[in-house]
Amino acid sequence: MAGEKTVETTGLLGWLDRRFPVTSTWKAHLSEYYAPKNFNFWYFFGSLALLVLVLQIVTGIFLVMHYKPDAERAFQSVEYIMREVPWGWLVRYMHSTGASMFFVVVYLHMLRGLLYGSYRKPRELVWIFGVAIFLCLMAEAFFGYLLPWGQMSYWGAQVIVNLFAAIPFIGPELSIWIRGDYVVSDATLNRFFAFHVIAIPLVLIGLVAAHLVALHEVGSNNPDGIEIKQGPKDKYGRPKDGIPFHPFYSVHDLVGVAGFLLVFAAIVFFAPEMGGYFLEFNNFIPADSLKTPPHIAPVWYFTPFYSMLRATTDEFTWVLAGAAVLGAIVLFAKSNLKGFLRVAVPGILIVVAVLLRVIDAKFWGVVAMGGTVVILFFLPWLDHSPVKSIRYRPTWHKWIYGIFMVNFLVLGYIGTQPPSPPLNLTSQIGTLLYLAFFFLMPVWSRLGTFKQVPDRVTFHAH
Amino acid sequence: MSQDTLVHDDDGAVDPNLPPDPSRRFWVTTACAVGGVAGVATAVPLVSTFSPSEKARAAGAPVEVDVGDIPVGSMKTVEWRGKPVWIMHRSPEQLAGLKTLDPLLADPQSKRPGFTPPYAENEGRSRKPELFVCVGICTHLGCSPTAHFETGGGGGLGADWQGGFLCPCHGSTFDLAGRVFKNKPAPDNLEVPPYQYLTDTRIIVGVDEDNKA
Repeated sequence: MAGEKTVETTGLLGWLDRRFPVTSTWKAHLSEYYAPKNFNFWYFFGSLALLVLVLQIVTGIFLVMHYKPDAERAFQSVEYIMREVPWGWLVRYMHSTGASMFFVVVYLHMLRGLLYGSYRKPRELVWIFGVAIFLCLMAEAFFGYLLPWGQMSYWGAQVIVNLFAAIPFIGPELSIWIRGDYVVSDATLNRFFAFHVIAIPLVLIGLVAAHLVALHEVGSNNPDGIEIKQGPKDKYGRPKDGIPFHPFYSVHDLVGVAGFLLVFAAIVFFAPEMGGYFLEFNNFIPADSLKTPPHIAPVWYFTPFYSMLRATTDEFTWVLAGAAVLGAIVLFAKSNLKGFLRVAVPGILIVVAVLLRVIDAKFWGVVAMGGTVVILFFLPWLDHSPVKSIRYRPTWHKWIYGIFMVNFLVLGYIGTQPPSPPLNLTSQIGTLLYLAFFFLMPVWSRLGTFKQVPDRVTFHAH
Repeated sequence: MSQDTLVHDDDGAVDPNLPPDPSRRFWVTTACAVGGVAGVATAVPLVSTFSPSEKARAAGAPVEVDVGDIPVGSMKTVEWRGKPVWIMHRSPEQLAGLKTLDPLLADPQSKRPGFTPPYAENEGRSRKPELFVCVGICTHLGCSPTAHFETGGGGGLGADWQGGFLCPCHGSTFDLAGRVFKNKPAPDNLEVPPYQYLTDTRIIVGVDEDNKA
């Protein structure tokens, strides 16, 4: 047969290679994908996220075999899985623990990217796909949380769907359209089930593939923030600071997997509710559309953003409007924006300041909650520091990152608590700190004395 | 490659560097546009399936309630369109207290449109002063507030608390006429649903002079 591909492999593999890129894909992504040799602890979390994704898909498939997406029967069917399906409790606890552990792993993975500048050129798309994955995960977790049809499921969904009702003009109609009823009901449960088991997972898997393809196109960053492809090469043209992903990091990551599974199994077997943080106590009560539980809070992984939603009261919009006006003045007077932009950008900020006082604070709370996630997309263009990695930044930058992390945890804690005046004030300060971290990044990230970045990665053979 | 006639010649080969043929471009664009219209037309019914079904719409029927058995100072909850509707029997002292709260409220006169029918645009936001009817859904994000009828600091709501409702989700507070206090997450007073009296002790929720429901 003419036109057959010439390949080096023989036998079955050769037959396959002539028809499908088996060997070339294996080489491009594993055995000849050169990753920097100085990866540390923080580099476990990417492969762990992939592991949890697989766990969630597999356990999810088995749960769907017993679960009933019906407002009359959903709660019972979850209890049925827990009590009567052989080993059903294990599958369900693996799935519920997996949901929380997914966020643990992904938050640490994102922090790694933040600290080592893994979002900087040429890895902007890797980061953007990653933030999109994070958004998908949030949607997936939210839709999934309605399915047990407990009190927290019900009222959590009620609150989040009503967020959309805050959008001016179209809001109320939009929230009815999302629910398919005037309140969260059977129709809502059914469609959330469809989103949770098929729509979002499909998008998620596509994004994960895109995240990896983009990563392997530009190569992995490392704790020193050095491009190993631009460094010295050996006589075969391979970067001297790189090692093939397989077998070096595939085996290395197995250590991470073992450590992770120890923690994971400990939670599944000994503390699947995690003191009410992974599975909230109120969710063991069937949904009641007439009675909100006395204290409702989202699951822990949403609470930092939820805190910022609660922080945005009518008074607080004055502060935000003031900050927008101040930003407009400073940008107009001091910035190096040229021509039209010099008027347009401050102009937009003034309009935002006016709208902050014209539209209800409720709407701005929703904007705060969404915007604080969406702002992550812009990180590659907000950071102007001459070095990528935190290792070579001025010492006070490390303090800024430290404050940002502590602030994020404090916001997360406040989000789990009932509202009270001192906590509300703290969350408002926290919201300002969070926003300032990002909005002022173009300024602070270039200030200070940066350390000399070495030519080669920092690495000591074991 | 056993064809009788030779097909692999270069007679029909097109130079890949030629500019696009404008006529083909036109038809490609047109075909995409027509295909796009068909795609959008298919999306419309799919998107429409999200709206409430006929069954859900029909379930929004009015509800009759016997209000003669509600003791003074307490309330009963009924379901209308899947939402809790509160019917509270207020005491004269509670009614007298409402006036004193005006400076602390975001919308004491219930002027904002959409939450108060004309017959309830009064101090007590009700048809008859003592009987208060409202939808027990917070105007912030749709939680159902809890009743805190105790007065004073006992309930943790401050020494000036005269009784009212607290939303557990985001801490909005409402007085005994469902009016929201200032600087709380909830932007509006609790919604007073359409209702009317059938007799002195029976009301119907979901229908009034203007709403045939």
